[in-house]
Amino acid sequence: MLKKRVVPILLLKNGRLVKGVKFNHYRDVGDPIQSAAVYNSQTADELIILDINATQESYFDLLKILAELTKSCFMPLALGGGIRTFDQAAQLIHSGADKIVLNTICYQKPELVSELAKRFGSQAIVCNIDVRKHIASNNYILYSHSGKTHEKVSLAAHLKKMLDAGVGEFMVQSIDRDGTMLGFDQFLVDEVMSQVKTPLLIAGGSGNYQHLHQIFTQTNVSGVVCGSLFNFSDSSPIRARAYLLNYGLPFKLV
Amino acid sequence: MNDVLIGILDIQLGNLTSVANAVYESGFDYQLVSTPNDFKKITHLILPGVGFFSTAMAHIEKQNLKTAILNFVLVDKKPTMGICLGFQLLSDYSEEGECEGLGLISGSVKKLISKHLLIPHTGWNSVLSQVEHPVLKGIKTNRDFYFVHSFHFEVKDTKNILSLTEYGNNIVSGIFRENIVGFQFHPEKSQNNGLKLIENFCYWDGNSKC
Repeated sequence: MLKKRVVPILLLKNGRLVKGVKFNHYRDVGDPIQSAAVYNSQTADELIILDINATQESYFDLLKILAELTKSCFMPLALGGGIRTFDQAAQLIHSGADKIVLNTICYQKPELVSELAKRFGSQAIVCNIDVRKHIASNNYILYSHSGKTHEKVSLAAHLKKMLDAGVGEFMVQSIDRDGTMLGFDQFLVDEVMSQVKTPLLIAGGSGNYQHLHQIFTQTNVSGVVCGSLFNFSDSSPIRARAYLLNYGLPFKLV
Repeated sequence: MNDVLIGILDIQLGNLTSVANAVYESGFDYQLVSTPNDFKKITHLILPGVGFFSTAMAHIEKQNLKTAILNFVLVDKKPTMGICLGFQLLSDYSEEGECEGLGLISGSVKKLISKHLLIPHTGWNSVLSQVEHPVLKGIKTNRDFYFVHSFHFEVKDTKNILSLTEYGNNIVSGIFRENIVGFQFHPEKSQNNGLKLIENFCYWDGNSKC
């Protein structure tokens, strides 16, 4: 049977690992290579590494870090942040990324998303969608450029467009919950899962193992993406899985 | 084992680095194989892969690699392993791009279709071995390996099935025949059990009897 996933996320800024709150106020949380090595020894289910500088120069840092990571991390790696061209994505895949995470480009050049899916297969393309909840209308508003640019398209329309483009996995991130450690936005998962039948990762808000348990029992989400939980507490992927296994949830046997 | 040199087929698609690093981590040297000439020195061949079936086959034809691969596998009978797309390339035919494969294991590659399951099949799933095989030696059955695919290999002859994995129905996650093995999952991404499998392959002499 297919297992659920607990996925640590590493945010890169100027070659260092950072973690923020609501996509702001970033704090240094260490060295990317060492952290990745720790997650590898804790047999994390997968790693997501995003470059939040998202510039041409920082893209080369991302490549360099990937080259180091693939020597010691024999686990699935998803990389992204600032990918704007076919060649940038291809280079990451050739250098050891199993999946590339696309966000801003999905709004600007959906045809590039299809081109990449066609070349590398849908399974290699993760569409990351960052949202804030608009309280008055109770709708989700989409943002690109690390939460800076408001996109006019609706969540439903964007999901549809990305499915048609050949995306193989979605990662939705609640900016409102990011770094708050108050728990995941379950309605966001429900909303996305009512529209797509592809794997879904939820990010933003994990603060303890109960939050993980809650989202896995209340929804059919494929995996949880955790930043603060592993950065700022003594939690680890091993202990998270052990906790969830006790509730009968399916996790990998190693 | 100094004379072992693992060839990794380079068809300009997907993630070679991880496979190469996993071979190196197991204590073996590798060489990328991109022309028929590159087959001279290698003792083992890995067909890795992430990518689109017909794009991969077109590249193999264009670089005149098909005959070289078939000679290596069928005439020289050297140990050969397909991973993910490389595993599917061993088939007769794939629906992905409607294209003929290498025809080394009979069967065809079809799209995973299900009303209830999420597609692609992404994540860790149990691998149930059906027979004992040197390449799976030391790996317990029912352990999890990392899968990520939207197509699956429908093997014609059950005697070629090495392992099964449940995703809706049972899908074939491992195949074998003489000096050939193939896996739908990614051993190079499956941490300790995956590295063990790759190490076993590098030590393998191509005899499928345990």
